[in-house]
Amino acid sequence: MIRAAETRKNAPLWVRLLVPKDAPLYQRNEAILGWLMAFPALLVLTIFLVIPFLMAFVMSFTNQRLVSPNPTEWVGLRNFERLLTVRLFTLEPERDEGGALVYDDDGSIAYPRLRNFTRKNPDYPELNGLREFTSWQSGENRTVILAADVVFLRALINTLIFAGVIAPLQGGLALLLALLLNQALPFINVFRAIYFAPVVVSMVVVSLLWRFIYDGQNGLLNTMLGIVTFGSFQPVDWLGNPYTAMPALIAMSAWQAVGFHMVIWLSGLQTIPTSLYEAAALDGAGAWQKFRYVTWPGLRNTAVLILIVIVIQAMGLFVQVDVMTRGGPLDATQSVVFQAVQRGYDKQDIAEGSAISVVLFIIVLAITIVNRYLTRDRDTS
Amino acid sequence: MTTMTWETRHRLIVSLRYTLLILISAIFIFPIVFMVVSSLKPDLQLLRDSGSLLAFLPYGDVSLNNYADAFERVPMAQFAFNSIFTTVVAMFASILLNSMAAFSFAFLRWRGKALVLSLIIATFIVPFEVIAIPLLLVVNSLPWIGPQGIEVGWLNTYHVQILPFIADSLGIFLFYQYFRDLPDELVEASRIDGASIWQIYTRIIMPIAGPILATVAILKFLVMWNAYIWPLMTIRSEELRPIMVGLQYFFQLNTQWGEIMAYLSVVTIPVLIFYLALQRAFIESIATSGIKG
Repeated sequence: MIRAAETRKNAPLWVRLLVPKDAPLYQRNEAILGWLMAFPALLVLTIFLVIPFLMAFVMSFTNQRLVSPNPTEWVGLRNFERLLTVRLFTLEPERDEGGALVYDDDGSIAYPRLRNFTRKNPDYPELNGLREFTSWQSGENRTVILAADVVFLRALINTLIFAGVIAPLQGGLALLLALLLNQALPFINVFRAIYFAPVVVSMVVVSLLWRFIYDGQNGLLNTMLGIVTFGSFQPVDWLGNPYTAMPALIAMSAWQAVGFHMVIWLSGLQTIPTSLYEAAALDGAGAWQKFRYVTWPGLRNTAVLILIVIVIQAMGLFVQVDVMTRGGPLDATQSVVFQAVQRGYDKQDIAEGSAISVVLFIIVLAITIVNRYLTRDRDTS
Repeated sequence: MTTMTWETRHRLIVSLRYTLLILISAIFIFPIVFMVVSSLKPDLQLLRDSGSLLAFLPYGDVSLNNYADAFERVPMAQFAFNSIFTTVVAMFASILLNSMAAFSFAFLRWRGKALVLSLIIATFIVPFEVIAIPLLLVVNSLPWIGPQGIEVGWLNTYHVQILPFIADSLGIFLFYQYFRDLPDELVEASRIDGASIWQIYTRIIMPIAGPILATVAILKFLVMWNAYIWPLMTIRSEELRPIMVGLQYFFQLNTQWGEIMAYLSVVTIPVLIFYLALQRAFIESIATSGIKG
């Protein structure tokens, strides 16, 4: 038995690398097979997930384009600066020689033109190339938010609003549905199946279908609202109006995915022991009290999970925008991923597309870390 | 209320609940009904009917003409074959690769296992959209042995639609969780009986992995059948396109809504039938993946 005499020290390098420190060396077969069985999946994940992910990071610090006559160079943080530079700037009103305010023809206070400051003004080098994102009146002055990339800033804010609104909305609706279904009544599974059905339908299909439902002239939604209000409802071009386009996307996305989270709530509800409800009933608790003091505390884990899952999915908002609005009207539905694909793929500016992807990843990572923190907090308490 | 017997009150609550359940069902069903019903009507009638509740009724000039026209515009059989082919191959391959890796993580001892496993779990939070563009560069520079020898670049092939998706961290994790909860004696006993590791995997573990196998297969089915962005980026020639990309053929200036509805119905109804047939497995698979993912 030569192998039994073998020690860790004189074993071949590959054996030492594969076999765990605390395991006998004769387990080398198991270690080799362990690596071999995991290897195909690990190879696929490395080539198609890890490497592209690392490449996105690397390329976001370069000026790489898909096809370019110039060699690729390192540009440091320039891509990120261009995406994320935002400045607050206060415009002071114009005054005449006596120091009095000057008014426009329509009676509003006159201000110097913004471009005097943002176009190569040597006194304001930090404002060079910036453009107006939004502005408001504050006393005599006008406060302006300037951004280097107003479309990206709009996309970022839209995506955060989308995620921030859809998480409580969809999570809440899903909980209501789950509570309705969480009872042993005949046909309850039929309803569960119906509410879940849109989840299996592709988002591309759903988006096209809802384009018709939201149509300004023949749209089904306008028709329904007209019937419900006995014809007093004025038809709205839901996707063509900057104020309704984003809410329309939110409503449709919630319709498609609410069944998914309803199912997760349902399995959370099933983990609450019925004895707790019986005890509450004995104490004379009403329906609301049962929910408040038995159901909800039992669902806190599920609630955090559902919010996080919805937010992370929502940050990837793309197909709805691509199929329904292409970011319009007036950039009202621009999203981060839509911008990443537009620039990285359509305009072939890979560096900028990668930089946007990295920004998205950092946001998602931050959300996940906050989630970990919140969950750990509860486990110890 | 006090005069009501407990029995009547209970009945009232139950019927209220059913009314509510049915009303809500309408919200989820009607758009799908509208899609299928509209696909049977000529455009003129379709547009006229959408101004009233007639939109949900198959009446008037009902025919399958829209389907005939849609199939003329799109090489439907080819697209359907492509989608079925890529979906089925990816489903089988992902079951094999994910379960083998998970088996190794759950039952075998090798160095670095814990580290690799935690790296895999960490990749959960990378959204596909983040890596789509660099992934395009990667597949564009990978070699492939074709009929003309070694070729570089995977664009415009079947394998570019399949191989990136034949292993995924969620699949590995779902299998791993399932395997870890199996009793240790199962493996120990077979080992003592002299079964090899490969035999334990194929004869002992996989035969009892049915529920989780269905979960992984269903999740993969949904991803592959509904694939849209990735094939849009990687596939140029018509004979390789999957079914969802066919929708692009209908984004014309002169929108033929009836044809669109027909095509939407064609790509959706098989999924809905598959879903209704395996409804319980579908819903439970989502519940498992949601809870643990």
